[in-house]
Amino acid sequence: MSEMQLKNPMLRWIEYRLPIFSFIDHSVGSQYPAPKNLNYWWNFGSLAGIALVMQIATGIMLAMHYTPHADMAFDSVERIMREVNYGWLLRYFHANGASLFFLVVYIHIFRGLYYGSYKYPRELLWWFGLIIFVLMMATAFMGYVLPWGQMSYWAATVITNLFTAIPWIGVGITEWLWGGFTVGNPTLVRFYSLHYLLPFVIVGAVFLHLWALHQHKSNNPLGIDIKGPQDTIPFHPYYTYKDLVGLGVFLVVLFGFVFYHPNYMGHPDNYIPANPLQTPAHIVPEWYFLPFYAILRAIPSKLGGVIVMAASILVLFLIPWLDTSRVRSTKFRPVYRWFFIFLVIDVVLLGIVGAKPPEGIWILIGRLATLYYFLHFIIFMPFVGWFERPLPIPDSIHQPVLGAAVGAAAAGENKR
Amino acid sequence: MTAAEHGHGGGMPRRDFLIVATGTVAVVGAAAAVWPLVDSMNPASDTLALASTEVDLGPIAEGQSITVQWRGKPVFIRHRTADEIKQARATDAATLPDPMRDEERAPNAKWLVLVGVCTHLGCIPLGQKNAEPKGEFGGWFCPCHGSHYDTSGRIRKGPAPANLEVPKYTFLTDTKVRIG
Repeated sequence: MSEMQLKNPMLRWIEYRLPIFSFIDHSVGSQYPAPKNLNYWWNFGSLAGIALVMQIATGIMLAMHYTPHADMAFDSVERIMREVNYGWLLRYFHANGASLFFLVVYIHIFRGLYYGSYKYPRELLWWFGLIIFVLMMATAFMGYVLPWGQMSYWAATVITNLFTAIPWIGVGITEWLWGGFTVGNPTLVRFYSLHYLLPFVIVGAVFLHLWALHQHKSNNPLGIDIKGPQDTIPFHPYYTYKDLVGLGVFLVVLFGFVFYHPNYMGHPDNYIPANPLQTPAHIVPEWYFLPFYAILRAIPSKLGGVIVMAASILVLFLIPWLDTSRVRSTKFRPVYRWFFIFLVIDVVLLGIVGAKPPEGIWILIGRLATLYYFLHFIIFMPFVGWFERPLPIPDSIHQPVLGAAVGAAAAGENKR
Repeated sequence: MTAAEHGHGGGMPRRDFLIVATGTVAVVGAAAAVWPLVDSMNPASDTLALASTEVDLGPIAEGQSITVQWRGKPVFIRHRTADEIKQARATDAATLPDPMRDEERAPNAKWLVLVGVCTHLGCIPLGQKNAEPKGEFGGWFCPCHGSHYDTSGRIRKGPAPANLEVPKYTFLTDTKVRIG
């Protein structure tokens, strides 16, 4: 690492013994080169990281007041709301923060899909992103169970019952997950334990995600490689400040929910204490699980539904190889661009279907949308890549900005 | 490599054998160490001890159903009417998704005892109270994903893969039953 010019003697003393300041500077500072053409869609990665930190901070404070016991959990959450200083703020921030964390991550994933960020040489980077996504789903699900309201209890019942679909050993696995013969106190306590653990596992996966990111640097809207210093600007101050602008917008939206519609994304039934003898009339998961819930219900077989739902996530691990196009950015892919738009519409449609009761026309729409989801990745992705004629791609990142003349000069400079 | 490192007589070198043997013992040891951690999550002894429940059937009138709790699960006990019994017994079991004769499910035809947990994803089916929907086959209806059960608790329509489970139970007297 290059020598850092630190003026403060105290910092210099530390840096000489533990080069932490130059490490930070190389990771997210002036020594980390980022493509100069990143647009606002590139804000959502760091935003997701900040959202994770905020969830951990509020979660640790909530854990100091929460009681993980089937007889006391519901009341302890109400006590947080009514008696604990700023408890209402912590809880609403944590619950709505989880929802917006998913929104940010979904935008981040679709950004990666549009600009081909999963392609060579970023396949492992993509994989770690998907692993983080799966861990987030597990964490969010277990957190939703903790208030021990009717929706908590029945969400836990329905989701853990997915495992009973496994032939032969399914019931054994499910009773092992429950620690009993139904969802009960042992289930609640272990979900609390895991809900505390998994965010730190996510932090570990985030480090691997960033490590892989730093190896080949960020992709960019043109989807072409960084060819030299003329294509980059330092991460700090340029992108640190740009990310702060995005954070400001994120916080405005989050506090809009927290202060004005704190229960907008929740279900009123979760303010009824859990009753193991009474299932609520309509069980609907949180919005961020709806597309997967729709896929689960689209298959008229229990085991089949579980397999297809799992496949809907697993197929994402394969897309670095299913996408046969050598062009990363969909900006230069006139045919695939339409398929991308259809995919976004399809996933939104699946979300709508997931919120509706499985009756009448919604069953058919759900099945067609599920079919299309898989057709996109398994058929359209490879075939469009083979037959499509991409638009001309710029030679370098800085060329479209500074023009061909400067580009040629810089390229010449580069050769020396 | 010298002959001394390979041991005598060729074949598998001694060092390779030692590495494989040590590695195997380490894997077995690690698995043995992990098992208590895994098994600690299984139902505990006191949970297993709550395994049976006794119910007095005396107050249940014909056509009435009650729900009792057994191992934390709801158990439906229905005092079936002659009509319901006839309907359940007249159905040709071979044509059902999960073929089972009513005689096997309710040896004492008046009393139908079922675990009231939908075999799809574990919701509690409706149909215990007269005001609740009983589905297209007069038994129970699960509101979560739309499974219909008949008057023998057999799956007839919807995503559930199996009939409502019949728990182990014994009649202690004519009006007293022990579940579990």
